[in-house]
Amino acid sequence: MSDLTAGQAGAARVHDVQTAYMEMTRRKRLYGLVMLIVFIALMVSGFRIADDRNAGGFWDGIGNIFQFPSEVLSEAGQKIANLPGLMWKFLPSLIETINIAAASTLLGAMGAVAISLLATRGLAKWPRLVGPFRRLMDMLRAFPEIVIALVLIFVLGGGPVPAMIAIALHTVGALGKLFSEVNENASVKPVEGLQSVGATWGQRMWLGVIPQVAPNYLSYALLRFEINIRASAILGFVGSGGIGYDLKNAFSWGQGRYDEVAAIFLLLFGTIVLFDQVSSRYRNKLISGE
Amino acid sequence: MTMARDAGFDASGFFRRKKLMAFTVPAVILVYFVYIFFAFDIPGLADRARMDNARILVADSYSYKTHVTRDNRSGTVTVAVEGENKGTWPQGTSPDWVTFESENRTRVQLKHGQEVLIDANTMRYDVPGYGLISAQVSHREGVVLELPTDTVPDWISASTARVDITTDAGRVTLTRARTEVMRYQFGWELFWFTLDSPFSGKSFGELVGLAVSGDRVVEGKSNLAAIIHDIWNNRMWQHKDVLGAIFETILMAFLGTMGAGIVALPLAFAAARNFSPFMAVRAVVRRLFDFVRGVDALIWTIILARAFGPGPLTGALAILITDTGTFGKLFSEALENVDKREIEGVQSTGAKPLQRYRFGVIPQITPVLLSQLLYYLESNTRSATVIGAITGGGIGLLLTQAMITQKDWEEVSYYIILILIMVMAMDSVSGWLRRRLIASDDSGR
Repeated sequence: MSDLTAGQAGAARVHDVQTAYMEMTRRKRLYGLVMLIVFIALMVSGFRIADDRNAGGFWDGIGNIFQFPSEVLSEAGQKIANLPGLMWKFLPSLIETINIAAASTLLGAMGAVAISLLATRGLAKWPRLVGPFRRLMDMLRAFPEIVIALVLIFVLGGGPVPAMIAIALHTVGALGKLFSEVNENASVKPVEGLQSVGATWGQRMWLGVIPQVAPNYLSYALLRFEINIRASAILGFVGSGGIGYDLKNAFSWGQGRYDEVAAIFLLLFGTIVLFDQVSSRYRNKLISGE
Repeated sequence: MTMARDAGFDASGFFRRKKLMAFTVPAVILVYFVYIFFAFDIPGLADRARMDNARILVADSYSYKTHVTRDNRSGTVTVAVEGENKGTWPQGTSPDWVTFESENRTRVQLKHGQEVLIDANTMRYDVPGYGLISAQVSHREGVVLELPTDTVPDWISASTARVDITTDAGRVTLTRARTEVMRYQFGWELFWFTLDSPFSGKSFGELVGLAVSGDRVVEGKSNLAAIIHDIWNNRMWQHKDVLGAIFETILMAFLGTMGAGIVALPLAFAAARNFSPFMAVRAVVRRLFDFVRGVDALIWTIILARAFGPGPLTGALAILITDTGTFGKLFSEALENVDKREIEGVQSTGAKPLQRYRFGVIPQITPVLLSQLLYYLESNTRSATVIGAITGGGIGLLLTQAMITQKDWEEVSYYIILILIMVMAMDSVSGWLRRRLIASDDSGR
């Protein structure tokens, strides 16, 4: 008798659990569906607004998408003999673009090491200033490079320096955040050991923390270098030196200089792919080599 | 020692290498910076740097100037903020530091109690510690300047065609055509209302009072609506267009990022080793990813701008194409790390292939997918600003335009502040969404 009631109660409970579960699943599906509909509505209406505000419409333009590349290719094809010479001619600009990226990555990484150590709880020299240093990193990261570059071009004139400073400042913010995440996972035991023998803050960081985190730092810095090459090409386009500037000139000249455009495209593409491959190979090595 | 060597560890060699590294790496970096120092011509930078530009930039970004201009041919005097048409004081009105004493006499008070008198074609300016400067403009002789000293001080530039006097209180310029006095003031002028609005010059308290009172300032419109209308359509600062541009920029980032995610997901399956049985397909898709990533947003933007013209759609598509490559690579890596057992578990219940993907694979990669998408949404807001400057859309375009004029620095600083707010807001929104959407799925991590 008592078994029976227990069994019935158990079955009823199972039933309750089942209905509750099904109810929850149904609700979850409903939420999922609603979110999907909202998302699709946002995408479609967003596309239509963008299409309206654009100078040329999407459906008119989609047919012409290969027109410009084919013009460039056909002209470059006719003057194919020029290409090696032109690539040689633009090589110095390419080197300048790479130099901007390399110098700004180096400067930015150095700044990021310092600021990330100052902004990591448990390692900071002034624990009270952890918050302000983090906000500073957020600010630096939020500035698009182009804003700083354009202001600096007005003050310093054209050339590679404005782009270098702009990219370096952004790099400090971007790498600083990643570095401070790495620092948080570093063991504090070496730091404590060094402190016990009277090491200064600089010595503790240099000898206790940096050796632990250096491979991760290097891996992030390599990734950043690759991003910075792209950024420095773009900044050249808006007016501060390097291959982007040559591209803009060749491009605004229009038909007749498309062999130059093609040569610059090739150089830029080759450089980006090369550094992409090299950096991903080294990064894999650094991460797995630990 | 021999034991150490037997164990395959040469301690002294190891330390020698360490020491060498510790000196060579900084030395190489130093040498590189020395090379950069000369390659970028940093010694010549001091000559090229325009510190006067920097001063204008800084001063202009937090202050504004009002021009009091006398047309020397017709004799009319106008008062205009920044000398712009849209900031002109209506005829007969003026700020309290300008007094029209008679038909031809206008007295302009500058800072520090200094004042300039414009009396028909003569201008008098008594500079403390220097003396009375007077100048006469005539059609025949141009500008004739009378100074208390024989030599012209360096804050005055004088010729018969143009005289320019700059003091810490203001600035006076004279040409045959007009006499102009400029006074600098702190703040962003006419930010809320232009001078033709009935609400111009009212304090915040008065505006609140007007908004709640029943008397209508503008016929047929409630006061609050009229206030909002006047701010929204402010011709000086163009809030409507600026916020529209911010919206355009966010739209570019949103469409580009999400579109790239949608395109990249199916392609990622074709590129993942454990889902795509054909090596040739895999290789082709992967090279495609590398290609679109390698061509870079800059070149895509140029190509697309040719087909679609300038505007937000072009920017969105440029982001879409570039990020398809990035997402394809990231997603296919995520797919290759998928746990096989979950798929087999779903399969053992008799699930069809599509159901296997839906219940065995998608739940595993959703957290990675979402966090990448949201992370790139934030970073693409920045890219959209840059791309906008190239394609001509969004806030990037407004920023470059304001910079090209080289005088609207207050607008430039306004745009910079807006961009910062926009990027930081997108950062927190994407971080918040990431926590909300993913926290429930991967409580373990």
